[in-house]
Formats: sequence, C-alpha cells, structure tokens
Amino acid sequence: MGALRNLTIGQQVGLLFVALFGVLVVVTLVAFSRTLRELTPDQLETHEQFHRDLRATWLGAVLFWISWALGAVAATLLFGVISFLALREFITLTHTRRADHRSLLLAFFGVLPLQFVLAGSRHFDLFTVFIPVYVFFAIPVVSAFGNDPQRFLERTAKIQWGIMVCIYGMSHAPALLLVDLPGYADRGAFLVLYLVVVVATAQIVQEAASRRLRRRPVARAISRSFSWRAWLIGSLSAAFVGALLYWATPFKPIPALLMGCIAGATGTLGEFVMKALKRDAGVRSWAGLASVTGAVGLLDRVAPLCFAAPVFFHAVRWYFGLR
Amino acid sequence: MKLAEAAGLFLAFLARLITGAQGHWYGCPPKAEQRIYFANHQSHFDWVLIWAALPGDLRAVTRPIAARDYWTSSPLKLWITREIFNSIYVSRQRTDDQDPLEPLADALQRGDSLVIFPEGTRGSQGDPQPFKSGLYHLAEQFPNVQLIPAWIDNVQRVMPKGEVVPVPILCSVTFGAPLQLQPGEDKRVFLERAREAVVALRNIH
Repeated sequence: MGALRNLTIGQQVGLLFVALFGVLVVVTLVAFSRTLRELTPDQLETHEQFHRDLRATWLGAVLFWISWALGAVAATLLFGVISFLALREFITLTHTRRADHRSLLLAFFGVLPLQFVLAGSRHFDLFTVFIPVYVFFAIPVVSAFGNDPQRFLERTAKIQWGIMVCIYGMSHAPALLLVDLPGYADRGAFLVLYLVVVVATAQIVQEAASRRLRRRPVARAISRSFSWRAWLIGSLSAAFVGALLYWATPFKPIPALLMGCIAGATGTLGEFVMKALKRDAGVRSWAGLASVTGAVGLLDRVAPLCFAAPVFFHAVRWYFGLR
Repeated sequence: MKLAEAAGLFLAFLARLITGAQGHWYGCPPKAEQRIYFANHQSHFDWVLIWAALPGDLRAVTRPIAARDYWTSSPLKLWITREIFNSIYVSRQRTDDQDPLEPLADALQRGDSLVIFPEGTRGSQGDPQPFKSGLYHLAEQFPNVQLIPAWIDNVQRVMPKGEVVPVPILCSVTFGAPLQLQPGEDKRVFLERAREAVVALRNIH
C-alpha cells in the first residue's frame, strides 16, 4: 500500500471518493437484492432499520463530497448546520425553564457560530479553550440574570453539557479537516474519513459482538447490550481497520493502530453515555415514536463522532507535538 | 414568483429550521377540504407553526385571523398579514350594529379554511382556558365545514411571552379527528367537548 503514498494529493482524494461511493453502491445493491425475497416481519423491521441507516450514510457521503469539493468554508458550514440540528434535538428533550431563554439564545446564535468560525479560521488555540473556559462561565451568568433559582444548577449543567457535546465535540470534525500537520497539507479529509470509518467500525462490530456473545451487561439499567468484551472487540477491530488505513493518514502503521483504537473506544463509550442520557430523558431512541416532538434521530448518529472527535483531534496534535 | 410568495416560503423554511414544525395527522389526512382548525394558544408563534406544518398547497387556502387595530397599524404589519398570510381582519372593539364573526363567515362562504384559537388570549402553561363561543356559532352556521382540533406542543418554550427572538426547539402540531355539532347540542356542552378534543391530543405522540 506504500505505492498509494506516491500518488498526488488530487489522485489520492479521487481514489478515496471512488472507493467510498463504490462500497456504498455495492452495499445498496446487495440490500436491494435482499428485498426481492420474501421476508418475515422481524427481518423486515431489521431491514427497514438498515435501510434508514444506509440512506443516512448516503446523505453523509454526498454531503462530505460536496463539502470537500467546495472547500474549507463549506465544510465548516456543513458541520455547523449538523451541530445546530443536534443541539436543537438535545435541548428539546431536556428540561429548561423560561429564565434559560437568553442562555439558550446565546448557545444557539452566539457560541455555535463563533466556535465554527474559530475552527474555520484555524485559531486552534482559542478554539480549544473557548467553550470549556469562557462559555462555561458565561452561560450561568446569563442564566442567573434570568432571575429564577429553581433547579438552577441542574438547568445550567444540562445546557453546558449540550453545548459541550453538540457544539464543542462536533466542531472538532472541521478542525481535523483544517489542521495543518507537517507534510500532510490539504489532506484533512482523509483524517475525517479515517475517524468516521474507524468509529463506525467500532460501533458495528461491538453491536454484532454483543448480539453474538450474549455476555452479562455491565450496566443493565442503562444498556442491555453493553459488555466489556464486546466493547474490547469493537475497539480492537477499530484499531485493525485503522492500521489498514494507515497509508491515508499522516501516521506510521503502529500509531495508526493506536489512534484507531482510541477513536473507536471513545466513540463507543460516547454512544453508551448517550444511552444513559436517553434513559434519563425517558426515550428509547431520539427518533422513536416516544419522543415528544418527532426529533429526527440525528443526535443518535452523530453522538459517537462528537465524543471521539475531540479526543482524536488532541491525540493527533499531541502526537505531532503541535502547540 | 412574487415577493410575498418568496417571503412566505422563506418564513416557512425559517419556522421549520427553528421548530421542525412537525405536523402529525392523527385523526384526519391533510386534504384540501374546507376546514376550521381550532387549537390551543400559547404564543405568537402558534399561527406560523400550524401554517408551516400544513402542506404547501393547503397554506394558500388556510387563513388566520388578525386583530385589525394591531395588524393594520404599520405598512409592514399590513403587508405581512395581507400579502403573506391572507389574514381575515376582525376588530376587537364590539359595535352594536356589527356581528364580530361576519368577516369569518364571509371567508367561509368563499370556501376558505380558517385557523382559530378559541381561547381568545394566549394562555399560560397548562390546560387551555375555556373556549369562547365563536366556534359554536361558526359550527352552527356552517354545518358542512369540518372542525379539526389541533394541539400545538412545546411552542411556549420557543418563544415565551415577552421575548422576541425564538430559541430553536422542536415543536409538533397534532391534528385530531373531525368534530361535529350534534343536533340540539347546548353551547356550553359543545364548547367543553371541543376543548377536551384539543386537550386529548396532548398525550398522543
């Protein structure tokens, strides 16, 4: 695979998208051929679920391609919109009161655009501390001016948390796209793709493993499928896939393996935490029928990425000794 | 495309971006029949939400009711209510020689659909207030027009009273099964039944 490194950047990117869409076309064709057979209702439901996920993947891939073709600004904008929709879904299902109105406005129309502007303009120092330091103090101040002490800590904590996951986590995806690594200019798309593929692999393998193994769940009240062994298998397969993809990354094979493992492990743990959050809000899936408002279930899909992206981003920066 | 049409499309897009404006057609399909939608009233945003939740071709024939003294007081307000929403103006001051429902009856005679908020004013949170009698009189005069109850959920969080900028939070509008005025039904009984039909939609998701 070393030969691939000798291609020009343009050729490599082209190859990447040909491979990506090729795989998607094959999967879609296979899925379609399966619908031609008779299916039991149970299978049909699984199939429909799969079909929804597949459609989302197609959409994601096309958006990814468009954002790549249009450059950094478009990519930042795209991830910003996704972050907006995810935060909208998160806030819908958390309990806020009238007095939080201003802090919510600040989160949606102040913090969110600013964070993505910081990412898009490559101000990575401020980008890293803006939300954990400045916004962390600004939100409770604005909330306190709302003049309502009831459940104050709980309300602000929830808003902080939503900002942290939906804005801060998500903003690290365009940051990966734009970060300048030595000898790796203009190839951030590979890093994002690497991250997405690795996290998705960890998720899918973990899901399949927990179904196959039927181990005792670690925390039954939160997830009936999460077990340490399945998690380990998921993370290790993410590491394996990460190592296979090393040619597309700025890493050597062993670090690529480690990075894959880190990203996969945090992604699946993030999904686990999201499950706890959903249980708390009283819904099974952000999308399902139980939800008050017909949320679209976007949060479900992006949450693992939101958790994995910051960890991965800082691991990369640390690996290259960037300040 | 005219400016008003474009502004309407933009407004509907904005409402969808901020609230999702999900329409759940639980008791009836979205059809181009003549209808009176009646819903709970919590915020200025209510009408826009119902309007955005309707399919595009129903929007053109479904009209809101606007207070004449407020919504005709400036050219912009007049333009918004007349050109974009095609509102029906009613005056809040009662004069002896005029029936306040007359503009509504005119619109129904022309075949338009209406959206009304029978509570009269915006309620605070919790159960809707008792309904005003206008709904009953319209149901009496126009027995062939379908009466559709609707429950608007979550909108008070988007824009509480006294705030100007809406916060993005998902909302939904649940449309229920058509209601009929029974022959000889008492006014108060009917209005209470209508109110209960709206409240009952709260728990359907």
